[in-house]
Amino acid sequence: MEIFYSILPELIRIVVCAVCGAVIVFGNALVMGYAERKLAGHIMLRPGPMEVGPHGIYQLVVDGLKLMGKQLVVPAKADPLLFRFAPLLAFAPVFVPLLVIPFSSKLQGFDLDIGLLVILALASINLLAVLIGGWSSNNKYSLFGAFRAVSQNVAYEIPMLLSLLSIIFMTNTFSLKAVVAAQSPVWFIVIQPLAFLIYLVSIVAETNRAPFDLPEAESELTAGFHTEYSGMSFSLFVLGEYANMFIVSSVATVFFLGGSSGIPLPYFEYSGIIWFMLKVYTLMFFLVWIRWTYPRTRFDQLMNFCWKYLIPFALVNLLITVVMVKLL
Amino acid sequence: MIVYKYIAEVLFYALVILTFAGGIMAVRSKLLMHAVLGLAATLFGVAGLYFHLGSPFLAMMQILIYVGAVCIIIVLGVMLGNTPDQLAAKHLTGRNLPLALLACSTGFIALFVATIARTEFTVATEKVGDMSIEFVGESLLLQYCMAFELVSVLLLTAILGAIILARGGREEKSS
Repeated sequence: MEIFYSILPELIRIVVCAVCGAVIVFGNALVMGYAERKLAGHIMLRPGPMEVGPHGIYQLVVDGLKLMGKQLVVPAKADPLLFRFAPLLAFAPVFVPLLVIPFSSKLQGFDLDIGLLVILALASINLLAVLIGGWSSNNKYSLFGAFRAVSQNVAYEIPMLLSLLSIIFMTNTFSLKAVVAAQSPVWFIVIQPLAFLIYLVSIVAETNRAPFDLPEAESELTAGFHTEYSGMSFSLFVLGEYANMFIVSSVATVFFLGGSSGIPLPYFEYSGIIWFMLKVYTLMFFLVWIRWTYPRTRFDQLMNFCWKYLIPFALVNLLITVVMVKLL
Repeated sequence: MIVYKYIAEVLFYALVILTFAGGIMAVRSKLLMHAVLGLAATLFGVAGLYFHLGSPFLAMMQILIYVGAVCIIIVLGVMLGNTPDQLAAKHLTGRNLPLALLACSTGFIALFVATIARTEFTVATEKVGDMSIEFVGESLLLQYCMAFELVSVLLLTAILGAIILARGGREEKSS
């Protein structure tokens, strides 16, 4: 019994972290699912969902119930095991990055000195899930979608990493908390505007959203890699996508927008989360705005833009940063 | 504290099982795709073992590089060729299987037992110095600088070789 009491605080901490992670993942999906449809509607000069509840605010709850009630269809020629496994692999890894994100100076699961690496390593697993899902569906549209997803994500990971690396050179640490602490007078968006721009373009491609949503371009590929998925296995992919959007926006907030810093409120060690969430959702609103404003690019334009413009600019930016850090 | 020790032990055996199961899947599955995913499971298990040994940095790099990059490139290559309903040809026929197994395993087991009997197992020394990123980085760039640079030269050669092979095929086709 004594042993039990000795590990109790740590046990409670782990459970609380896990529950908070789940709340963030599902709550974020509900909010973003509704906001995306409503914003898309208003950008296209139509009201969006209006029927269920005032201004359709219960729409996503009803949609969730509908998706849970649907049959999970496995195509006859698909690989049954991998077909069922892929949505789980897309969804499960999104919980771990949430543990290392500093929502305020005290609200953080674990402050690891390799915080950024944890996020990047687990983000790369999502791509494997997309590949497995696309391949195991045994459908040409799914396969093409998966192909496009991998070539696009592998390419855009490079400028994303390079832009974050220039911040890492300035702060000398991978710990997200230390990066937030390093930008107390000025946010890094002021010092590194080019890196922020490159990161912003890269995350649009990394999260497979328009104008870079070639992996699921509905006019060419029906729905891309998740064409054959139905019911909850489809919604696991969607939940994973929204959670990934949240994670990349949080990384942008931590690295460029000063994390939880802002006008001081009472109990600022905890209430900094208000500023953090405000910044994250502003970025996510920006991503939705881009999605419903710009038309889809062509695939060769997308790849040329990455290899011929983003990567060279990111490299030059990194070089200048390194020289400046050495000189100053 | 003793509870932590038990948890660590259970995790260790789970990771070992994952590593071995992935390896067996990589060798024995009929579909090439399953074999690659078995490899991914093995690499995950190895990453977990690094974590167990107290080097989370190495574990994360293992996932980032081997699972996130190498496995995805292999899967992409495999996807060009096979679909789920194309099984690989069966090379093992059942006729002399017991005899073949016996012939293969006797030599192996004899050598294995002989080697184990001769080896003196020493317990690994406690880790010296800290294993933080600073320590790893400094030892890579100061103490083991030569090996580090040689590895990068090897990678450069591989890249150049791949480019030459790809270009060669293209020129032949056009002429």
